[in-house]
Amino acid sequence: MALEKKENAIELQGITKTFGSVVANDHINLEVRRGEILALLGENGSGKTTLMNMISGIYHPDEGVIKVNGKEVTINSPMDAGKLGIGMIHQHFKLVDVFSAMDNVAMGMEGKRVKPKELKERLLKLTEKYGLEVEPEKKIYNMSVSEKQTVEILKVLYRNADILILDEPTAVLTPQETKKLFAILRKMREQGSAIIIITHKLNEVMEISDRVTILRKGQSIDTVNTCETNEKQLTELMVGRPVTLEIQRPKCENVFTRLKIVDLSVKSADGTMAVKDLSLEIKAGEILGVAGVAGSGQKELCESIAGLIPVDKGAILHNKENIVGKSPREIANLGISLGFVPEDRLGMGLVASMGMVDNILLKTYDKNKGIFIDRKPARKMAEELVKKLEVVTPGVDTPVRLMSGGNVQKVLLGREIESNPSVLVTAYPVRGLDINSSYTIYDLLNEQKKKGVAVLFIGEDLDVLLQISDRIMVMCHGEATGIVDAKTTTKEDLGLMMAGKRREEA
Amino acid sequence: MENSRKEPLIRIEKRSERSHGQIIRLRLLSVLLAIVAGGLFILFIGYNPFSVYGTIVSGAFRSTMAFQATIKLMVPLLIPALGVTLAFKMRFWNIGAEGQIIMGAIFATYFALFCWDFPHWLLMICMFLAGMLGGALWGLIPALFKAKFDTNETLFTLMLNYVALYLISFLRDGPWKDPNSSGFPKIARFGENAQLDKIFGVHAGWLIGLVLVVIVFIYLKFTKQGYEIGVVGESRATANYAGMNYKKIVLRTMAFSGGICGIAGMVQASGSDLTLTTSVAGGVGFTAIIVAWLAQLNPVGILVVSFLFAVLEKGSTVMQSAHGLSAYSADVLQGIILFFVLGCEFFVRYKFVTRRKGGHA
Amino acid sequence: MDFFVNFFVAAVLAGTPLLFGILGEIINEKAGHLNLGVEGMMSIGAVGGFVVGYWTDNLVFALIAAFVTGMLGALIYAVLTVTFMADQNVTGLTLTIFGIGFSNFVGDFVREKSGSTSLKLPEGILDSLGKVEIPFLTDIPVLGKLLFNYNIFVYLGVAAAILCAIYLHRTKAGLNVRAVGENPAAADAAGIPVTKLKYLNLMLGGGLCGIGGAYCSMIICNGVWVTSCVNGLGWIAVALVIFATWNPNRAILAALVFGGFSVLKYYVPQVIPSSIFDMIPFLMTIVVLVVTSIRFSKENAQPKSCGVNYFREER
Repeated sequence: MALEKKENAIELQGITKTFGSVVANDHINLEVRRGEILALLGENGSGKTTLMNMISGIYHPDEGVIKVNGKEVTINSPMDAGKLGIGMIHQHFKLVDVFSAMDNVAMGMEGKRVKPKELKERLLKLTEKYGLEVEPEKKIYNMSVSEKQTVEILKVLYRNADILILDEPTAVLTPQETKKLFAILRKMREQGSAIIIITHKLNEVMEISDRVTILRKGQSIDTVNTCETNEKQLTELMVGRPVTLEIQRPKCENVFTRLKIVDLSVKSADGTMAVKDLSLEIKAGEILGVAGVAGSGQKELCESIAGLIPVDKGAILHNKENIVGKSPREIANLGISLGFVPEDRLGMGLVASMGMVDNILLKTYDKNKGIFIDRKPARKMAEELVKKLEVVTPGVDTPVRLMSGGNVQKVLLGREIESNPSVLVTAYPVRGLDINSSYTIYDLLNEQKKKGVAVLFIGEDLDVLLQISDRIMVMCHGEATGIVDAKTTTKEDLGLMMAGKRREEA
Repeated sequence: MENSRKEPLIRIEKRSERSHGQIIRLRLLSVLLAIVAGGLFILFIGYNPFSVYGTIVSGAFRSTMAFQATIKLMVPLLIPALGVTLAFKMRFWNIGAEGQIIMGAIFATYFALFCWDFPHWLLMICMFLAGMLGGALWGLIPALFKAKFDTNETLFTLMLNYVALYLISFLRDGPWKDPNSSGFPKIARFGENAQLDKIFGVHAGWLIGLVLVVIVFIYLKFTKQGYEIGVVGESRATANYAGMNYKKIVLRTMAFSGGICGIAGMVQASGSDLTLTTSVAGGVGFTAIIVAWLAQLNPVGILVVSFLFAVLEKGSTVMQSAHGLSAYSADVLQGIILFFVLGCEFFVRYKFVTRRKGGHA
Repeated sequence: MDFFVNFFVAAVLAGTPLLFGILGEIINEKAGHLNLGVEGMMSIGAVGGFVVGYWTDNLVFALIAAFVTGMLGALIYAVLTVTFMADQNVTGLTLTIFGIGFSNFVGDFVREKSGSTSLKLPEGILDSLGKVEIPFLTDIPVLGKLLFNYNIFVYLGVAAAILCAIYLHRTKAGLNVRAVGENPAAADAAGIPVTKLKYLNLMLGGGLCGIGGAYCSMIICNGVWVTSCVNGLGWIAVALVIFATWNPNRAILAALVFGGFSVLKYYVPQVIPSSIFDMIPFLMTIVVLVVTSIRFSKENAQPKSCGVNYFREER
C-alpha cells in the first residue's frame, strides 16, 4: 500500500475565473494526491478561496479543466461536489444556527431519512474514530467557534468525503485547538484522504503540509515539497520579492496612563455577560494588543469604550474623567476614536453605499450650524486622504462598497486618524488585507503611537500581535486572563491564556 | 457517470457595475417589453392592443377636461409616494400610506365639518395642518414601537390601514353622520368654504405636490437630516457609531413620512371628494409605494412615474365605455408592467451566461 | 350551551380562509420568502376556483383550479424573487395589486360573457359546498355539532395544517426547507437544491392560499361572485403567521381565535358600533406583533433569511 504510487485526487488545469474586469484566477494548475496534505499558500486576494470555490461548486470556471480521480468533471453545484466526494469547510461556517449538530449533518443527505436515534449513534461512532469532541444534540448557537468547526468536519466525514478543503481553518482557533485540528487532519491523511488547506500562515504550512502550492495575484507560481523548503523561500514566492517579516516596534516614550478601565462588566445583545470585571490601563504612546478567540468580548469592550452599548458595572476613566454614561458623540469629541472592521468589513464604521466624502462626514456632519450639510471640507479631506494613503478609487464619490478591502480600511483608519484622537481603538484593521496593505496599516498605527496616542489594537493573528504590541491583554469568555509583555511572551503562552488559563500580570 | 454531466444551459453571474446611461436604457427597455406583454394580454382576451392602448392615451389627453382629470388622479399618487420615500430611504417599510392618508383626511374633515365658518384661508391652513398631523400621528405609532421594541413595521403599518378605514365607518355611522341623509349613513358634503381652491381648473393639490417634490428633493440631498436618514437606512449600528440618535431619527422621519401622506388625505377630501368616504384613499397608498419604488426613490422620478400611472388609470376608465372592457384591466396592466420592471432590475447587477460552445464534455 | 356552540362554529367558519392563508405564508417564509402577496394569491385562487366551479359545476375541479391558479400566482412571485432576485417586499405588494385586479377583471369578464348581471354558482356545486356529515361522529351530542358538522373546506384546512406540520418537522424534505429558509448558503453547501425547493414551496404555499381564496368566493359570498371578495383576509393571514410562531399546528389556533374576533359582533349586545368590532382583529394583530417583538425567542422566530434573496456567488 505504501509502495503504491499515490494517484491524483484532484487535478486542475488552466483554471481561469474573472469577476467583471478583475482576473481572480489566471490559468491555475494544481494537483493534490490521495494521502497527502497540500497547503495552498498565498496572500489575501491572491485567489485561493476563489479557486477552491470552483472545486466545491460555488463558482463556474471561465476556462480550464477539473479532473477528479483522473476523470474530467463539471461541477455545477455543491451537490455535484458532494457526489464526487469533495467536502469544503468554509472560513465562514455554513451551519444553520437554530439546528442541532445532528440536523446540520442530516440536512441535504441523499436517501431515506435516518431516525434521530440511529443518526446519533453513527455520529458518536465517527467522533470516536477521529477523536472529535461534539455533542450531537447541542444547538449551533450555543457552540463555541471550535465546536462549530468540529460540526463542519463531522458533516464532511459523515458524507464520506475523501477530498477535504479547509479555508483558513486556524484563523479562529487557539494554538492548542489548532494542534487538535491538525491531529485530526493527519488521521484523515492516514485513511487515504486528500486534503487541501488554505492558509497564509507559514509556520502552519511547515507543520502540517506535505507539499505547498503558492498563488500570487491569481497565478500559480510554484509547487514545492515542504521538506525541501523554508519559511523565507515561501515568503518570497508568495510576495514576489524578498521581504523582512519584521514589523517595527518603536520604543515607547513619555508613557502615562491615558485610559483606565476599572472592573468593567458589559452585557452582550442576547443578555449574556460579554465582559466580566475587566480592569486595564492603556497608556499614551503604547500599542496595547488584545488577543482572544473570536467572540470573547472584544467587540463589546470596544463598543463600551466608544459608548455604543450600555455598561453594566465599572468605570472607564479617560484622563481621570469617567466616560461611562456619556453619549457616543460626547466620547468621540473627547478624542476617543473607534475604528472597527467587522467580518464583512462594511457595516459599522462605514456606509457602504456612500462615497468617501459622505463617509468622512459620518462623525462630523453635525459640526457646522444650520440645517444644511456642508460637504466642502469633507471633500477636501477625502482628496487629501487619497493622496496621502494612496487610496485607489475612481472618485471620492464612488460608493465605498466598490472599493477593494485594503482601500476601504485605509479610508476608515484615515478618517479616524484625521480627527486627531487621543485614544485609538482599532479592531481587526488588517482583516483580509495583503502584506503590503497590512504594513501600511501597521505604519499608520506606529505613527500614531509615536505621536502619543494610546492605541488599543484588537487582533486575530498572534504573530502580528506579538510583534507590534508593547503589551498584550488576553481575553477569554469576557475576562482578562492576563496582561503580558509582548517582548517576552510566546505564542503558546497566549494560547493557554486564550483557553482560560490565568497568568499573573506583567 | 458523473462525466456526462454538463454545465447548465443558462446560469447566472454577477456583472461589473453598469453605467448610469445603460441602467436608464435598460429600464426603458423593460417598460417597452411590459407594454408589449400587456398588448399580448389584450390580444389574448380578444381585443386589438393598438386600439386599446390608443384609447388609454386619448382617454387621458383628448380634451382639457380629460387632462385635468388625469392630473387629478396623479395628485394622490404623487404626494404619498413622496411621503413613503422618506421612510423607504431609511429602510422603514411603511406600507401604511393608505392609513396615513385616511387619518389626514379624517383630521382635516373635522375642521371642514365643525369649523366651516372660519375665514377660508384660515380654514384651509387649519385643514392642511390637521391633515398633516393626522398622518404624522398614524406614522408615529409604528415608529414608536419600532424604535422601542424593534416591532415589525411592515405588518404594523399594514394593520393600521384597516383600523383607520373602520374609524371612518365608525364616524360615518355615528358621531359624524349627516342628519340630512335620510337613513343612509354618510358624512355631509363639505361647504364651499372648506373646498380646496382650483388653479387652472384642477384643485391646488397639484401645486402642493410640485412644491413637495422640490422640498423632499432638497431635504434628502442637502440637509443633515436627509443624510441621517441615509445612514440609518444603511445600518442602525453605523448610525449609532456616528453618534446619531436612532430613535429620534426614526420617529422624526416617520412623522414626516406620515405627515406628507396625511396632506394627500386632506387634498383628496377637500379637493376631490368634497366629503369623507371610506374610499378616500382607495388603494392609492399601495400604488404610491410602487410608484416610489419604480422611481428609485427619486422625487423627480416620482413625478414622472406618477404621471404615467395617472395616464394609465384615467385612460382605462374610458375602456369600459369604448370597448366594454372592465376598468380593472388597468390594475392588470399595471401589474404586468411592474413585473417586467421588477424583473429587469436583475440585469443591472447580474447577467445570464449560456453554456460554453460544445458544452463541457 | 347552544350559544357557545353557535359562536364556536361561526368562529371556525370565519377562521378557515385565514387558516389556508396562514399555512401558505408559513410554508413561504420557511423557504425564506416573506411573501406579501398572500392577498393577491388568494384573490387569484378565488376567481380561479369560482369560475371553474361555475363552468363545471364540480367542486373537485373548482378546488383543483383554485389550488393551481394560486400556485400560478406564486409562480410569478417565485420567478421574480428567486431567479430574478427582485425585492421581496415590492414583488409581494405588486402581486397583491395584480392579483386583486386580475381577479376582479376575470370576474367582470366572465360575467359580461354570461350576459347576466350577476354570477351565481350552479345548484350542484352549491350542494356539495354544504355541510358534510360524518357518520357517527356528527351524531355525538354537542361535540358532533361542534367539531363534525362543517363544509369540506374546514376539514381540508385542519388536515392541511397537520400535514404541513408533519412535512416541516418530521420529514427530510421539511428539514431541508427549513435549512433553506434559515441559511440558504449553508443549505446549498450541504447539497440541498435551494432554487428548486424555493420554487416548490413557494408554489405549494400559493396553492394553499388559492384554496383559502376559493373559500372567500364560494362560501363567504354564498356562491355569488363579489368583487374584491378576499377583502383583506390575506393581509391578516400574513400577520397571523407571527401569532402562530411559524408553527402549522398553532395556525389552527390563530385562525380560530381571529375567526372568533371577526364574528364577535354578532354574538354580543349591540351597544358598541359594529365598526369598532371590525377593527378588533386588526388591533389584536398589532398587540400580537408587539408582544412577540418584546419577548424575542431564537427558535420560534421568523426564518433568518426571510426577505433576503440568495445568490450562490454573493461574497
